Amino acid sequence: MDALLFRSGGWFCAFLLAVVACMLAVDSAFAIQMGIVAVAALVTLVATLRQADFETLGGRSGRPVATGYYDDVIRWGVIATMFWGLAGFLAGLYIALQLAFPALNLGLEYSSFGRLRPLHTSAVIFAFGGNALICTSFWVVQRTCRARLAFPALARFVFWGYQLFIVLAATGYLLGITEGREYAEPEWYVDIWLTIIWVSYLAVYLGTIVRRSEPHIYVANWFYLSFIVTVAMLHLVNNMSMPVSLFGSKSYSAFAGVQDALTQWWYGHNAVGFFLTAGFLGMMYYFVPKQAERPVYSYRLSIVHFWSLIFLYIWAGPHHLHYTALPDWAQTLGMVFSVMLWMPSWGGMINGLMTLSGAWDKVRTDPIIRMMVLALAFYGMSTFEGPMMSVKAVNSLSHYTDWTIGHVHSGALGWNGMITFAAIYFLTPRLWGRTRLYSLRMINWHFWAATLGIVLYASSMWVAGIMQGLMWREYGADGYLVYAFADVIAAMKPYYLIRATGGILYLAGALIMAWNIAQTIRGKLRDEAPLADAPYDPALDKPIQPVAA
Amino acid sequence: MASKILDHGKIERNVTLLLILALITVAIGGIVEIAPLFWIDSTVEKVKGVRPYTPLELAGRNVYIREGCYNCHSQMIRPFRDEVERYGRYSLAAESMYDHPFQWGSKRTGPDLARVGGRYSDEWHVQHLADPRSVVPESIMPGYAFLKTRDLPVDRLDAHLRALRRVGVPYSDEDIAKAVEDAMAQADPDADASGLKARYPKAQARDFDGDPKRLTEMDALVAYLQMLGTLVDTRAAEPMEQAR
Repeated sequence: MDALLFRSGGWFCAFLLAVVACMLAVDSAFAIQMGIVAVAALVTLVATLRQADFETLGGRSGRPVATGYYDDVIRWGVIATMFWGLAGFLAGLYIALQLAFPALNLGLEYSSFGRLRPLHTSAVIFAFGGNALICTSFWVVQRTCRARLAFPALARFVFWGYQLFIVLAATGYLLGITEGREYAEPEWYVDIWLTIIWVSYLAVYLGTIVRRSEPHIYVANWFYLSFIVTVAMLHLVNNMSMPVSLFGSKSYSAFAGVQDALTQWWYGHNAVGFFLTAGFLGMMYYFVPKQAERPVYSYRLSIVHFWSLIFLYIWAGPHHLHYTALPDWAQTLGMVFSVMLWMPSWGGMINGLMTLSGAWDKVRTDPIIRMMVLALAFYGMSTFEGPMMSVKAVNSLSHYTDWTIGHVHSGALGWNGMITFAAIYFLTPRLWGRTRLYSLRMINWHFWAATLGIVLYASSMWVAGIMQGLMWREYGADGYLVYAFADVIAAMKPYYLIRATGGILYLAGALIMAWNIAQTIRGKLRDEAPLADAPYDPALDKPIQPVAA
Repeated sequence: MASKILDHGKIERNVTLLLILALITVAIGGIVEIAPLFWIDSTVEKVKGVRPYTPLELAGRNVYIREGCYNCHSQMIRPFRDEVERYGRYSLAAESMYDHPFQWGSKRTGPDLARVGGRYSDEWHVQHLADPRSVVPESIMPGYAFLKTRDLPVDRLDAHLRALRRVGVPYSDEDIAKAVEDAMAQADPDADASGLKARYPKAQARDFDGDPKRLTEMDALVAYLQMLGTLVDTRAAEPMEQAR
């Protein structure tokens, strides 16, 4: 009872603080944000009290704990991943269409490209990717340590706190609250909140590893752990800023100009390196061997590529600043390390693909394996493309163009998207105790829609980006620039349309998945023919006898 | 693996060791690359003419950031013939030394704006921001007509200057005390802007949005755009660089 009083009292205090901050706010956007915090605190307060009721009444606490693992928060995580994925893809499709049809900006501040683009990037990276990482890491750490999740209450706090972070960031973008640095847009108070969540996440994760029954820490956990720790470091350093008022949303970065640029891209590139690579490699190292029912190909390769990957990635940031006012030595260092990074990246791809040795036939019959193979193929493709684009000569053409956008999406849609989809398809029947997914054939449809979407997206942006770069630098025989900037914009339209078509296909695949997952959770099984179209039938395995007269 | 020095098994069995080694491994790159930028003097060479933003320009810059202009416009001209001919002299590090945060950008869906100041008239900017396709038919930029009708909140600009001073921008006590006054004076054709111009050399004071009666967000944004890249006399800076 004391604990209950303490907890509900705490949430009530949080509610009061938010209301006070809302009333003292110096700008209306901050007032709205604090209003959201107040509502969140109130909802948590009610939930805390009601949960206590249930427990005393013997209601919900009577739920059977079949596995001994703490999976509630993972179940919520799967649903949240699916929801934010759809939201993020939809936002991406909308802004892609805005580039082809600028009227879709609607002339409103809330729906203009400049505010929706951060909404899209944060929704897919931090909401979709982040939820996928948190929920899969909780699954993987429990299974590979053979231990129940440490601090379940803290894990619940991590989950719901992270959702609040997403809502605050997203509504903030729409209201025009931004620090104005890509992928680090949330303002100071949202950053502080995320820091609290992240430290709690680390505590739950480490606590579970400490309680492990297995002597060795499995390789997937090395990657998850380095992802959590490095993201904490990047987040803390890059978001150092000076608020104008404690009751206002605006803050000014602690760094300026050159220093701010390199700090930001040290952060920005390693958001790719640790959020979207190391974390997702952790996912890959668990789910690929499980689904293929094969051990990881090479233990030694995993050691070598883990340490070299996390060491080299950090250096690659300056390749976002080639030929800028950043000192040349830093640019060169960034380029050299980016090129070296190719090898450890492919180490991960090779280790993943070779895990399928002896199980390659499953690519034909198991669409989840097929998704994993495609994810690894795109991982390999974009980790080759990245080092190539970081070479200064190539970058002089590709920088500032849509080629970069295409590169990012072949990694994000191909690698991060596909491996997440595969992991969720793996987890859902197990989490809800179903014999199988609602439909395997629908995964097949999802696979082909998404693949075709990525191909359209990446190829159109390659052509568009290279064309754009060449048109900007084209000189005529008279020694003058041939194209005005506006000419280049006009030339982009068909490619923007092809890209949007790719986006529609990718979103369609995700909608098929959402239906499949929802039906699986509801316990439905689709009546369908198996994917193996020539099953072995011993009754037919004999010579055809001529009919005797 | 005979060698005991490289016994990875030890690291795999000890989560503290794993955590500390991973943290050291990821910290090295950032320390080597970023830290020197703060103490190597040649990182940002002093250039004559660079000054902190006037309160109105700063307010305009905050509108620029709020609307996410950096998503499509860079402010960093690279030293290539085509870029220098298209946008002007390549950008110098000193020109963004008071930019908290920097706005170099990473994508040119629209053109670079590092030296857009003085290239177009105020009227063009107002018309273009309100309805981009009325002046550039190919443009895919969103319209920002609402900036014309929104009053610029100026009463707290001194707090903004004070916050910037805390992170290293050399605003004087006088600059901060006169912040609100300076912001009003810069957009009011009838006001005495001599104090403003003494505090902020090369500051442009006039009505920017075509409506002298009101101080709007459009005034601030156009004032900001019209000063971009105008502070440094790039011709004079040229021989200084060659001297090295």
